[in-house]
Amino acid sequence: MIAKLPELVNGDERLVWRGRFLAVDFLVEVGDIPYYVSIQSGRITSVDRGPFPMRPWRFAVRATAEAWEKLWESVPQPGYTDILGVMKRGEARIEGDLQPLIANLRYFKEVLAAPRRLKGGV
Amino acid sequence: MAAEIEPIVGRYIHLRMGGRPYRVYFEEAGKGIPLVCLHTAGSDTRQYRHLMTDPAVTEHYRVLAFDLPWHGKSTPPPGWHEEEYRLTTEAYAGAVMGFCRALELDRPVVMGCSMGGRIVIPLAAEYGKELRAVIGLEAGYQVQPWFDNTWLHHPDVHGGEICAARVSGLMAPQSPEETRWETLWGYMQSGPGVFKGDLYFYFQRAEADFHGYMARIDTKVCPVYLLAGEYDYSCTPEDTQRTGTHIQGSEVIIMKEMGHFPMSENPDHFRSYILPVLEKIRTRE
Repeated sequence: MIAKLPELVNGDERLVWRGRFLAVDFLVEVGDIPYYVSIQSGRITSVDRGPFPMRPWRFAVRATAEAWEKLWESVPQPGYTDILGVMKRGEARIEGDLQPLIANLRYFKEVLAAPRRLKGGV
Repeated sequence: MAAEIEPIVGRYIHLRMGGRPYRVYFEEAGKGIPLVCLHTAGSDTRQYRHLMTDPAVTEHYRVLAFDLPWHGKSTPPPGWHEEEYRLTTEAYAGAVMGFCRALELDRPVVMGCSMGGRIVIPLAAEYGKELRAVIGLEAGYQVQPWFDNTWLHHPDVHGGEICAARVSGLMAPQSPEETRWETLWGYMQSGPGVFKGDLYFYFQRAEADFHGYMARIDTKVCPVYLLAGEYDYSCTPEDTQRTGTHIQGSEVIIMKEMGHFPMSENPDHFRSYILPVLEKIRTRE
């Protein structure tokens, strides 16, 4: 699912526009599998499945595979409407330099929930 | 074709609270039992515009809502630019009762959401005899912090954007897109630090105080209704249930397919839950 982020995000003109001031590398962990995601001007330029020892990132979003699946349901259950809800449940962790994440929070919440669209969600 | 003009009327009232003068904006519609509505943290009275234009409500209730000082069209106090806004239980309760008394409302019903839902607990305890009932929407006596709220007032982050993004996931996915986004529009407009200052009250660890309030409430004098949306992960249904168990005689209602902002995120769906409560309060006497 994470590997599909470039097509899901880059094909969404308004979503790319919301991230137009962004240039950042961040880490997404699905269970124990790390993905390094690079963004330039709101477009996802690469998603690399790790691990890559010593490769730096600004912030990391880590959750269990089960929690990501629940976040990506077309109509999520209570508690799984966004990554912050998953974090509050204790099933996700958000760490590192959070400024780019927080300054673009709507953008990142939509990016991280984008696989929902593959299941007919919004 | 005649222009479509809503029955809501807005005016300003001058109140003194905590020894300071305030110019407070309020709106009202309808006739009958006064129903004072309290908006959520970092927002304003516009959240209640659907309730105020619902004839099933305004036929029996005079619905009033005021922008808490610092919010909406109410001004902050003179000297605000040299202080950090922080809402306290005393200031909030004083503002609500000051508003009710200034308008000489006869035993109003007070309904609030989120922080407005939390304040109805001390109001019912301290001023129950002056009130007809209280309704707490998304009301927990102690909710758990889950976000670093320093970001809500920080030069590295756009205040309006972050306030909206912080709360957007608290709404139910079933709520209509239009009303969800109108709710967020409200969140994009509060002054710098206002949402954060409200949350000081909302998250304040004051369990001992609130246990005292909850034990003192006499629901035979002032009935307490607590309504919680199943999608609210800030004040969860469990938080509301727990609050209900501490207030003897209170009624807890869990709203399916509803989030943290029932009156504004899905007003049509909210009617099915709030109209029976208003009917119960009206026919009780």
